[in-house]
Amino acid sequence: MDAIASKSISSINLSIYRYDPDSGKKPFMQDLSIDIPEGQDIMVLDLLNMAKEQDPSISFRRSCGEGVCGSDGMNINGKNGLGCITPLSEALKGNKIVLRPLPGLPVIKDLIVDMKQFVDQYKKIKPYLINDEEKPEREIKQTVEEREKLDGLYECIMCGCCSTACPSFWWNPDKFLGPAALLQAHRFISDSRDTATEERLDQLEDAFSVFKCHGIMNCVSVCPKGLNPTKAINEIKKKLVKRAL
Amino acid sequence: MAMNGKSEELDASKLKVLEFDGIVVGGGGSGLMASLQLAQSGFKTAVVSKVFPTRSHTVSAQGGITCAIQSADPDDDWRWHMYDTVKGSDFIGDQDSIEYMCQEGPKAVFELEHMGLPFSRTEEGKIYQRAFGGQSKDYGKGGQAERTCAAADRTGHALLHTLYQANLKAGTNFLSEWFAVDLVKNGDNQVVGVIAFEIETGEPYFLKSKATVLATGGAGRIYQTTSNAMINTGDGTGMVLRAGFPVQDMEMWQFHPTGIYGHGTLVTEGCRGEGGYLVNKDGERFMERYAPNYKDLASRDVVARSMMLEILEGRGCGPDADHVYLKLDHLGPEIVHKRLPGITELSKTFAHVDPVEHPIPVVPTCHYAMGGIPTNVHGQVLTQATDGTDNVVHGLYAAGEAACVSVHGGNRLGGNSLLDLIVFGRSAGLHIENALKDGITLSKATNDDIDQALVNLNKVNISSTGEDVATVKAELQKNMQLNFGVFRTGDLMEKGLVELENIREKTQNIHLTDKSSRFNTARVEALELLNLIEVAQATAVSANERKESRGAHARDDFQERDDENWLKHSIYFADTKEVTKRDVNFRPKTVQAFQPIVRSY
Repeated sequence: MDAIASKSISSINLSIYRYDPDSGKKPFMQDLSIDIPEGQDIMVLDLLNMAKEQDPSISFRRSCGEGVCGSDGMNINGKNGLGCITPLSEALKGNKIVLRPLPGLPVIKDLIVDMKQFVDQYKKIKPYLINDEEKPEREIKQTVEEREKLDGLYECIMCGCCSTACPSFWWNPDKFLGPAALLQAHRFISDSRDTATEERLDQLEDAFSVFKCHGIMNCVSVCPKGLNPTKAINEIKKKLVKRAL
Repeated sequence: MAMNGKSEELDASKLKVLEFDGIVVGGGGSGLMASLQLAQSGFKTAVVSKVFPTRSHTVSAQGGITCAIQSADPDDDWRWHMYDTVKGSDFIGDQDSIEYMCQEGPKAVFELEHMGLPFSRTEEGKIYQRAFGGQSKDYGKGGQAERTCAAADRTGHALLHTLYQANLKAGTNFLSEWFAVDLVKNGDNQVVGVIAFEIETGEPYFLKSKATVLATGGAGRIYQTTSNAMINTGDGTGMVLRAGFPVQDMEMWQFHPTGIYGHGTLVTEGCRGEGGYLVNKDGERFMERYAPNYKDLASRDVVARSMMLEILEGRGCGPDADHVYLKLDHLGPEIVHKRLPGITELSKTFAHVDPVEHPIPVVPTCHYAMGGIPTNVHGQVLTQATDGTDNVVHGLYAAGEAACVSVHGGNRLGGNSLLDLIVFGRSAGLHIENALKDGITLSKATNDDIDQALVNLNKVNISSTGEDVATVKAELQKNMQLNFGVFRTGDLMEKGLVELENIREKTQNIHLTDKSSRFNTARVEALELLNLIEVAQATAVSANERKESRGAHARDDFQERDDENWLKHSIYFADTKEVTKRDVNFRPKTVQAFQPIVRSY
């Protein structure tokens, strides 16, 4: 709030990536000048909504507006993040902001990317509890400590900010699972109720799925939920190595 | 043939056709519960969702699932939960439905746990339960209960992701980012599918099905200030009203007490369940005056009204005295960080305060529709014959917030929405499963029937001049906020109704400037506006008609509850814009009905 007020910025220069394959035109950057309310630190998504009032053809995904649904992952002044919880005070460079689609995935239109590769990798890790034992009538018991192992893993909102910030994922989006899917893999490996740990590790044991992570931690620096996929990936690597010894 | 600027009007012959045993419109909790039931049983099932399923608004639910699973208290009883829910509803919740929900609930909760839902745990390794508003032991005589099953303060997220994952495992077909436009109704008044288009390509389809479930969620976007996601535009409600079927109790909108001031984003009632409380500008814990027994954990309608009275009487906080504070700083960092981590994030982002150190500025925000598409406990949609009897609409089901099975009546208790959607999403799925096994025969839709369902889409597509969608939407929201908010009065509502008629005229004359086919969000927003106006008018007409104060419906000109005339559901049809009454169910199967008493907390 203060950052904007002190600079007394009332108009923002927004540069936004535009592309509609049906138009026959190449992608281009559209420049818009947008007046913002004084004294309020609005979010990037608010700015986009104002831009859409000027030009209704600008396309982007959005839903909850509070950083929980994961719709509005985008590249904001060079860094991936969620439009709805990134305040302008944090994102602005001078009075300029550049918005592009998440890098590395095919663009459907404007800021909307095709998430298929991302979701396919997620599906590969069997993202559901596997438990072949007979179920109790009540809950399967889990201690507070066992449950704590899922903290930092289950909160992923599948926005795609991490995997699309990862050079290994850019290079091998079909063979390297990417940070988001691997975080989920570790979520199920860590769950005391899951009985398929060995099968899950078997599936990850190749040169690409996990080991293409070189630990550069872009995923950690962009995760809007403050999660740490690199740590989860290292835990998986350790388990795989330990098993092989 | 994708829709684009050059396309002529669509008709039945230009649509692609896909056929399913069951289609579910909406990928939130109730929809995914219904689809899971069907897909697990081997039926060809499709979920049609305008967003990728985990973007659905269930994901925002924070506090938990209220259910007597006897974890916090081994003596807890679903009948006590039933009593609380009936009382919370201000006695217009249907008691057969409430009985079914409270009794079946534990089974559904344990099923979800077995699917992998990461519930928080007690020291004994059981599911953690916290206190929520309006919860009691022993039929209101045994003090505050702790009955809300929680996964920290991210229960909806945990629930929705678990259900999506279970559906992947079961082989559900996902038509993700498809927009359902209207129901297709045959000559026998049966529903045989929907018209939808794939948003990415703009390709229109007739999705044929033996059973169609509307699980389209809420419509809080009829108001200016709401906790609801931008996608909550009442699409199923709009479809049902346009198809000539009614909606029920649409005047009953819950304003949640603790929306973050200036933004509307919610902080969970679980904050107060964990020991937080509200204060006015004098630092007074004012709920002690309004609800001496339950205080800050009185039901939501009571707390929201008390807050508004504090503000109206000049005891609000801030330079404009227009909000109050939610105090959590006395709980200590341990509780706040462990039990309410999501709240800490939201509070820092939207209110710029760390709740460990400072109170959060809050104001009531539109949160939940108790009303909706009337159904029985099997999710079958009901319509009302001219003589007042209920008739089942064959082929059509509804569940979750879009539906009104009526477990919430005039006011919903916290944690009952997630229970509603899992129990009734499942029961709709079960009913369809059995019906499919017995064999469903619906007569075919003619081309004329299909064309009828294309009217709105064509109107938007061929518009060449007219009103701007965003402007009309803003007018609609402002009108609802001003004239149909927490407190209502006849004069203002009459004024609001006139204004809404003007707004309807404008919605019938909107201009879609961008006619492109690929991921055209402007087209989606234009069609959503046509649903918002249906919901808004249903709300406004029903609110003006209900001449009493009950639950969330508080009128300055009729301040008392009127059981003689209004211990009833309201039923609204769009073609006549008139309200009729429907009996509330007082015939639970296994317990004595709870009779209306004065409702105090």
